[in-house]
Amino acid sequence: MHELAITEGVVEAVTGRLPGSKITCVRLEIGALSGVVADSVRFCFDLVTEGTDLQGARLEITEPAGRCKCRVCGSEFEPDGPILLCPCGSADISVLNGQDLKITSVLVA
Amino acid sequence: MCATCGCSGGAVLQLLPAAHDHRHSGDREHVSSHDHSHDHVSSREHEHDHDHGQDDPGHIHIQGPADNERTVILQQKVLAKNDEIAERTRSWLRARGVLAVNLMSSPGAGKTTLLERTARELAGKLRLSVIEGDQETALDGRRIQAAGAAVVQINTGAGCHLDAAMVAEGLRALDPPSGSIVVIENVGNLVCPALFDLGEEAKVVISSVTEGADKPVKYPNMFRQADLVLVNKTDLLPYVDFDVRSHAADLRRVSPTALMVQLSATTGEGIQAWYDWLRRRAPAPHE
Repeated sequence: MHELAITEGVVEAVTGRLPGSKITCVRLEIGALSGVVADSVRFCFDLVTEGTDLQGARLEITEPAGRCKCRVCGSEFEPDGPILLCPCGSADISVLNGQDLKITSVLVA
Repeated sequence: MCATCGCSGGAVLQLLPAAHDHRHSGDREHVSSHDHSHDHVSSREHEHDHDHGQDDPGHIHIQGPADNERTVILQQKVLAKNDEIAERTRSWLRARGVLAVNLMSSPGAGKTTLLERTARELAGKLRLSVIEGDQETALDGRRIQAAGAAVVQINTGAGCHLDAAMVAEGLRALDPPSGSIVVIENVGNLVCPALFDLGEEAKVVISSVTEGADKPVKYPNMFRQADLVLVNKTDLLPYVDFDVRSHAADLRRVSPTALMVQLSATTGEGIQAWYDWLRRRAPAPHE
């Protein structure tokens, strides 16, 4: 359940950047290949924000799809699940998109 | 629970020196994966709403007020702080000439047994020390200490993985000599440790023949990053339904480059390949 530590990291990052500000909304980007489950972050969020400047804040999550490029056949593809196999059968791929885990913006009251 | 400030979630660190080491045994220090409220992190950022000529990463950009709320663009990686600490650790290790290996597996795959045997058999040949991560107890740390290696035991409490701050603190306590190897035995877990860069040079994953052979495709995030996969407990192969070839094929589906070595940490069969791998990577001591 690393989502607890991840959510704590979100609170820490936001309060570190905007100390003393009342945060009303947090917008996250959790890529499909980031290894983090958005629903688990949602589950932890209220728990972790309690008693902080983020308490009561809304949580908005966008989940960009994964995008990979095969190093063997050169084609780009959207992986089907977490196993990054090119339709040609190769596992030798590079990830172009979908690994990000970031705080895009917040709303401050 | 942190003894200093009473906060929860803080990891506890305990130095267990090698038998020949003259440092005090059982010194307990506190290390935390998070900043305490009494740790004042200096911040150069300030809020403002005027225009800038150029982008300054230290500045926070605020878009004009809409009603009584305003949007603050952060575009900040959630793990940025962990990754920064890990990068600093990596530079420090390289400058000192120390190889750090992040050893991961599910609970019970044989991480501690492997390290016990390694510490015993490489004593006098390779300087090895261990950062031992467990949720609770110093039991594993004591086992490795008894085998002759210096150990820092980190108890993560509620945490299911080690993070870069814990390892940085552990390395400060361990003070590994130039030319030595530090093995970081992560908390037994194939999910969470995959996300946290600790500043290591290489990742080693153990899968044992008492587990399913399909572990690589079930936990692809973990196996994709592995430089070396050790298939442990091969002495039990006659008694279990573990297909080594299908395990190798599943590993290839998630990582085209990871090396796979079969061994038994209990009998020592095949373990030479692991020692050779360590020796090839061990840095030359700096003058």
